[in-house]
Formats: sequence, C-alpha cells, structure tokens
Amino acid sequence: MEERANYSAAPDDARKRITLHLKAMKPMIQCLAAGCLLAVTACGAPWNDPYPAADSGKNILYSSFSERPKHLDPVQSYSSNEIVFTAQIYEPPLQYHYLKRPYQLIPCAAARLPVAHYLDVDGRPLPGSARAADIGYTVYDITIRRGILYQPHPAFARNPDGSPVYAHLSRQDISDKHELRDFRQTGTRELKAADFVYQIKRLAHPRLHSPILGLMEDYIVGLRDYAAQLQKVNAAMATAGHGDDWLDLTQYPLAGVSVVDDYTYRIRLKGQYPQFLYWLAMPFFAPVPAEVDRFFAQPGMAENNLSLDWYPVGTGPYMLTRNDPNRIMMLERNPNFHGEAYPAEGEVTDAGDGLLSDAGKPLPFIDKAVFTYERESIPRWNKFLQGYYDASGIGSDSFDQAVRLSAQGEAVLTDAMRDRGIQLKTAVMPSTYYMGFNMLDPVVGGFSDRARKLRQAISIAVDYEEYVSIFQNGRGIPAQGPIPPGIFGYREGDAGINPVVYTWDGKQPRRRPLADAQKLLAEAGYPDGIDSRTGQPLVLYFDVTARGPEDKSMLDWMKKEFAKLHIQLEPRPTDYNRFQDKIRKGNAQIFEWGWNADYPDPENFLFLLHGAQGKVKFQGENATNYENPEYDRLFEQMKNMPNSPQRQQIIDRMAGIVRNDAPWLWGFHPKDYALYHAWYHNIKPNKIANNTLKYQRIDPALREIRRREWNQPVLWPIGIGALIVVLLTLPALRTWRRRERSTATSGTPS
Amino acid sequence: MIAYVVRRLLYAVPILIGVNIVTFALFFVVNTPDDMARMQLGIKRVSPAAIESWKHEHGYDKPLFYNRAAAGFGKISDTIFYRKSLRMFVFDFGASDDSRDIGYEIRKRAGPSFAIALPTFMVGLLIYITCALGFALFRATYLDFWGVALCVVAMSISAMFYIIGGQYLIGKLWNLVPISGYAGTAAGALRFLLLPIAIGIIGGFGASARLYRTFFLEEIGKDYVRTARAKGLGEGAVLFRHVLNNAMIPILTTVVVAIPSLFLGSLLTESFFGIPGLGSYTIDAINMQDFSIVRAMVFIGSLLYIAGLVLTDISYTLVDPRVRFS
Repeated sequence: MEERANYSAAPDDARKRITLHLKAMKPMIQCLAAGCLLAVTACGAPWNDPYPAADSGKNILYSSFSERPKHLDPVQSYSSNEIVFTAQIYEPPLQYHYLKRPYQLIPCAAARLPVAHYLDVDGRPLPGSARAADIGYTVYDITIRRGILYQPHPAFARNPDGSPVYAHLSRQDISDKHELRDFRQTGTRELKAADFVYQIKRLAHPRLHSPILGLMEDYIVGLRDYAAQLQKVNAAMATAGHGDDWLDLTQYPLAGVSVVDDYTYRIRLKGQYPQFLYWLAMPFFAPVPAEVDRFFAQPGMAENNLSLDWYPVGTGPYMLTRNDPNRIMMLERNPNFHGEAYPAEGEVTDAGDGLLSDAGKPLPFIDKAVFTYERESIPRWNKFLQGYYDASGIGSDSFDQAVRLSAQGEAVLTDAMRDRGIQLKTAVMPSTYYMGFNMLDPVVGGFSDRARKLRQAISIAVDYEEYVSIFQNGRGIPAQGPIPPGIFGYREGDAGINPVVYTWDGKQPRRRPLADAQKLLAEAGYPDGIDSRTGQPLVLYFDVTARGPEDKSMLDWMKKEFAKLHIQLEPRPTDYNRFQDKIRKGNAQIFEWGWNADYPDPENFLFLLHGAQGKVKFQGENATNYENPEYDRLFEQMKNMPNSPQRQQIIDRMAGIVRNDAPWLWGFHPKDYALYHAWYHNIKPNKIANNTLKYQRIDPALREIRRREWNQPVLWPIGIGALIVVLLTLPALRTWRRRERSTATSGTPS
Repeated sequence: MIAYVVRRLLYAVPILIGVNIVTFALFFVVNTPDDMARMQLGIKRVSPAAIESWKHEHGYDKPLFYNRAAAGFGKISDTIFYRKSLRMFVFDFGASDDSRDIGYEIRKRAGPSFAIALPTFMVGLLIYITCALGFALFRATYLDFWGVALCVVAMSISAMFYIIGGQYLIGKLWNLVPISGYAGTAAGALRFLLLPIAIGIIGGFGASARLYRTFFLEEIGKDYVRTARAKGLGEGAVLFRHVLNNAMIPILTTVVVAIPSLFLGSLLTESFFGIPGLGSYTIDAINMQDFSIVRAMVFIGSLLYIAGLVLTDISYTLVDPRVRFS
C-alpha cells in the first residue's frame, strides 16, 4: 500500500521514466517489428531439416528404425528389424516376385529355380512323381549366375602379387582400426558356389548360434553330425587357448552339401521337404566368402568391434556404408551390383496402379537409403508429416489423424492426408494372433467333451470383431482358423468359416449368438458359469505380458467377454521372461500368442498345432501343447505335398479338426496400414519378401518442393516471446529504480 | 584436505561393491541367464542347446554368487558375480552381450550426452539463479507472486509434456528447429541441441527457481543483511555482494553433486530427441536385458555420484572459509 501511495504521489516522475524506458527500447521494438515482418515473408530452405544441406534434392530414401538390429550376420539375423537391412545386402539363391500374387519364387543369385531330384534310401533315382514314403533323399543342384561380384571390401584387397592385403594382421596393425573404412584398400571377387556351401556350414558353427540349425539338422544330410564335429573342434581349440581363432570350415566337409563346380553346388536333404526352397530365399542361405570370415577372425578385430555381425558383405544392390545403430544406418548402391530389371508382369491391376511403368528398367532406383534411429513414435510421425520420412506406419495415437472409415466401412485417408498427396496402402499380414488354451491344463485342456465344449463356448463369447474394432482401430480380420489370407489353404466365404463360432448369413460370417455359448457351457458342466461338480463359480486364469495402465482397458474388456458367460477371468500379468517361462513349463492356462510367417506355405502355420512341436515335451513352437493323432497324421501327409486340390482337401480336414477341438481362440490376422508420400513410387505391400528396396523409386525434386512448402519457419512467436520478456522487464526495472531511489523513511520491503 | 579426499575415496570402495551387489541381485531376480540368451538369440526357433551354448560362451553358465561344485576360493571366484564384477573396478567393462566393447561405446556416447547436459545445466543455472534473485528482489510484489505461481505451475507439469509439447510447437508448428536427431560435428549438432536444451531449461525452471528463491529469502532475513542495509548499501549490492555469496552453500549442495552425472545423460530427453548418448544407451540395455551394460552404467553412475559428493565438500571450503575438513 505504501508503494502504491508513493507511486500515486509522483505520477509525473513515473510517466517520464516510462517514456525514457520506451525510448531506450526503441531499437529493440524495431527489431521485433522486423522479425514479425520476416515471419510473414520468410522463405528459403527449411530450418527444421534434420539432414545435411548437401543431401538436399538427392536420390536418397529416408526411413527410420525404432529397434536396434542385434545381428547382421546372415546366419543369425532373423528378426524383421534386421532383415530390413540384410535382405538388401545379401543375395540368397532365390527371391519372391515383387508383384505377383500368390507369392512366387524366382531366381535371385541362382540362374534358375532348382528342381528336386528324388532318391530312395539306397540312393537310387526316383521319378518326380514318387510317393513321399518312397523318397529317401531329395537333391537340389543349384546353379548360380556367372559374373556376380561382391561389394568392395578390404577382405578382397590384393597385393600386386595376388596375395591378400589384410589376411595376416597383428593386434598392432588392427589397434587403430575401429571401422571398416579405416582399411584403405578394398577389392572384390566373383561369387562362387563354394561361398554358398561355406555359409551352409556356418549354420552349424558353434559360436554363431544360428536359430535355424535345429530345424535344418532334421533335413540337411549330415548337418547334425557336422555340428557335433565342430563343437568338438571348437572345444579343442578353446582348451589349447585358441578359442577365438578362425575355425576354418573349408577344412571340414559337410556330407549333405558339396561344390559341383565353380557355379553349381548340391544340397542333399533327408526325405522330401519342398518348403526348403522357401528357405533358399532367406539370408540364411546367402553366400559368405571364407576369406571374409577369416578377415574378421583375426586377433584384435572383435575387440575393436569389427565383425561380420556388424559389417555385412554381400552381392546385393546395396551395401551398408554406415552402421551406427545409435543414430543412423546407411545403405548405398553397390557399385559392383550385377544388375537386374524391374519386373514386366504382375497382377492384372498392377498396370492400372502404375506398378508396371518402370518395367524393364535397371534396378535399383534409389542411390542411398538413410535409416534414422527414432525410438519414439511421436517425433517419427511428425517428421513424416513434415516430409522428412518418406513412409510411415500408423500408430494408434495418430490413427484418427490419418485414417477414417467411409460409409461403406472402408478405411480411407483423412482430408488432411489427401491434401498432402499421401497414399495409403493396406495389406493383411501373413500372421495370426490368437488366444491359446493350454491343452495340458486340467480345466481348459484335454480332449474331454467337458473341456472341448468349454473352449468352444469361450470361442463364441469372446467377440474378436469388437476386439479388432476397439484395440486395433479395425486393422485386422477375425480369424477362422490358423491360416491367414494369401496363404494356400485359406478359404474365402462360406467354405472358410469356423462353424463352431460362426454361421454364414449369405454375405459374411456372423458370430453365433451368446445363447449357443451358454448352451455349450451348460453341456460342459458349467451352467451359468457354476461348476456343477463343486457348485463353485468357474475361475479361469489369463496369463499376459500386459502390465501397464494402457493395457488395463484390454484386460477389462477381456474380463467382460468372459463375464458374458458368468466366467470369472483372472488376469495374471507378468513380464515377458516369466510369461515365456510359464509357457515353456506348461504353467499357463489361457494366454495370447502370435506367429509371423517364415514363408507362404500352410505348413508354416499348421505346424504350430503339430504334436511333435509341443512346447512342454519338445520345446517346439506348439505353445498350446495340442496333440491330436489324426491331425498329426494329416499334417505329415500334407506338409510335403505340392499345392493342389488334394492338399486343400487335407487342409480343410485339418482345419475342421482344430476348429472342433478349439485349442486356439482363433483371434485375428492383423492388417498393415502404411502411408507413403506422393513422391514415393512402385509401392506394393509384400509381406513375405524383404529385399524390396531395389524396386522402389522416389522423386526427390517433388520431395524438395513439398518440404520447402510445408516447413517454412514461423518467426512471429520469437517476436512475441521477446515482447513478453520486455513487457515483464519494464515494470521490474521501474520498481527497481524506484527502490534504489527510495529513502529509508519511504519504506523498505520486509 | 588431501587426506580427507583420500579417505572419502576409500569409503567409496565398499559403497561401490554394495551397489554392485544390489544391481546384480536385482537384475538377476528379474532376468535369468536363459532369458538373456533368448533375448540375444531371438524368440523363434531357439533350441535349448543354443541357449546353453550361448550361456557358456558368455560366462553365464556358472552359479550367481556361490559355486558349491568348485574347490577353495573357486567357490567364490568361479561365479558370475565375481567374474563379471572384478574387472569393473579397474574400468575394464568388457563386452556387451552382443559382443561390443562397452568402454568404447561409453566413450563414444559421453560426448552427445555432455553436449546436451552441460549447456542445459550452465545456462539453466544462470537463469534459475537470476530469476530467483529477481523474485527475492521483488519479494512481496506482484512480480514475486506471479513468478512463484509460474514456478508452481511449471514444476507440476510432467517432463514428458514439455518434450512432446516443445517438439510439436517449436519443431512441428513453427518449423524452427528439427524435431529430433543429431549430427556428429559440433556445428551440425547445434541446431539439434537447441530444442532439447531449451526444453531441459524450461522443464527444470519451476523447481530450481523456487528452491533458490527460498535460499535467498532465508539469507535476506539475516542480521548481516540488515547491517549491510544500515550501512547504506543499495539493494543490488546487498543481494549480489552478500546474499548471493552466502546462499551459495545450499545452492552448491544441490548443484555440484549433479555435475559429474552430466556425463550420464538424460533417459527421457535422449530417447525422444534421438540423441545417441549414455541415457539412451542405458534404456536400450535395460530393454535388451544386457546385464553387462546395465551393470557398467550403474557402476559409473555410482562412481560419479560419489565424486559429486566429494566435489561438493571441497567446494564448501571455497565459498565458506569457516568450513574445514576434519
């Protein structure tokens, strides 16, 4: 109050002081005005461009990754976040046609598709039409294309006398080398059949832990013994103090795999295994030259982080020129790439979709692909909208911003996305997410009528249409069985529905009414959810990895679905490690699980219910431990058959068995939604092939125009911010001056 | 003083051993060596033999703390704890579970972490102290009232909000700086660092400015301030020459201890801004269940914290001659 009295006692002085301050502030105010003007007229390169100015307008694809790849060695690399890199670098013998559907194998490094030759158990040739039971061995002779060269690499560098430059390095030589580019000389050499054989031997390498060794041991002749032999050799090396030395696999022949000549190698399989060709389209079977393995095995390399797991070496269209998974991964055009042409044929709609405009043109189109480590979805999404990423998935938090449902229930882009020229591509994934019943559990498991009807009742009650709508933003189709669309064996329409859960209303499947589920439940001995034997309410346990608050709504929803049958569902949330442990030991009762296809064959889904794959008994992939002798018999019959009406018939019978037994609550097949900017061309979702970068094309000029248009800096907030600071400072200054001039009697602050 | 510092550093050894034991125990309560092997080998088609082989190769096939099967000192030394921990005390962190040299990674990542943390810390400190002095200077006026109100509001808002809001407003709507990313060179990195630094400073403003204001107000009420005023010193001279100096002891308590930890980076900021620092290294290691990295980062964190405490003690003597080591 005293201050106020003083202020009002000297109004003229105060007014003068304010005028003085305003005069002093004049240049600042002029600057602010100029800033605001600049804000209106600002033009030029975007300030928020995260990439070097020198790369502006170049033929570079910009993408991101949210999880660091763990392995880039083709013998180990299996996860999708790893194959996105290795598939562009390594060339296995086969690949999938980019445009044709159903998925079709075509040669990649191979000159042609290998043909299976059958032998009986005594090694005598059999005709192609031989019965599976008569076939002792299958032999594939794989001929590779001539003239394919490896990417430039120091392991291939040669002295004038032809000896390798970097084959005998000491620790001292390597001590100052931490990246591959620290080796000045590089070289190349022609791809040979021996490189494929060497890589197949690496599957059994005791230090590499290939995830497919166990599977391949069952098929490749001699691989199991070979792995055991290498274990012994490796142990002996370790005992002798050479545990880190190069294990030269060329010294140890593998019975089932041999070099025929420089361009042909032979693989001998036990029995018949037609799916093996699909494996030949994966980086596991891509070539690795022995000298590269030897190069990285030199002492000191591993300590300096130099390994094949970090620096892949291939013959593909791209090579990894920068591996900094904390920040950036960079693929650049391989100057030695042998060349390949864009496909000239595809599906009937492809020409209309512009997917054949580049037919016959040399691949790859893009010079460089820059992958930025972007852990969080929000900055990733915003940078896509700014044009700094060329494509994006759609997270649940940005789904409404990107997609809306049309009156026909079809997912279409929002106006904001359409105005930017963004394209939406959708595809049903070759995957299945299901809820499993542990068949070893005394309540929900087993083949008694009581347990089967209980599972069937639950299958009807849990409304996966609603689940997909609420928790997947409609991105998925409720599953009718284990096989997803796009894979042979999947049936459309009436013939494909699960009659236990659905009826066909003439147009689409319709979930059976709850009354059917209640009837089944009563027949199972749980009328109204009460166990008729004990008179106690039925309590079931749902083991999930969901623990966060964001998962609570899903668990609540699931409880509500079970409550429709008056079944009390008790979620048992746990971390992923404990969850896996429960599944392995068979301690879970009901759980959620999923499977992504390795290859487009029904065997890759139906084996998930094969008794020999039981998780508890055999540590296999059959997490429910389902074991039905009839199903297993049909599986053995079906797995080696070519796709044919007979095979379809057997698959239908198998589907009928498992639908009736209901070991899975069939869940849904997820649908992938991806957004691409207008400058992105030749996009056709291919959920099986991974080496698709070479087919894609971008228009960097259009991207540059759009980026400038969308990212003009807005400067007025800076001016406003400065003005606020000034306005706050002025009265403070005024008060300060008044205090400095006040006398002791005019009042001091307490 | 040297004797005191040496004694304090020696005290650090049992603390570090204790921290190491606790980290080890907590980590292996949640993750078994089998889990770690599965994480590295992948989820699909991993055979028990491959898991055993991986554990053997990485030294996780031994008992955790006590090896009954071994003889003599081997009962202690032939365990995961002993083998994985001993080398750390000579700063040999070994290799991560994916066979990368942890020491090299730490050296490489400390720079980006420091590039954000140091300016955030220094500029932030300057702003917080200036504003707190301002609040103290204009105490009991509307400036102080609204300033404190602003501090309370600012400290009530989650750090995540500042990050997401800042990225959206400054990076997305106003297009002034990149939303996230990092450049290897100092010149290139600057434009990526502006936003996280600004957000770091704004995010810490509320709590720090309010705390320092309290320190200043406490000093302002003391006799020597009244004496200074009675001698005819202006308010500015009183504040800057006397109050600021005397309020430095509590400020140092909160500030100096944090200095060594600047190298460790910020988990949240680095994650959202794509900064390849030690914060994101730690987060990634936890997600990937890489015990070797987690253990190394906790060890370094503890060490730096102890260093911070020692530095705080030393700094007391610099700002307050009355404080002596004993």
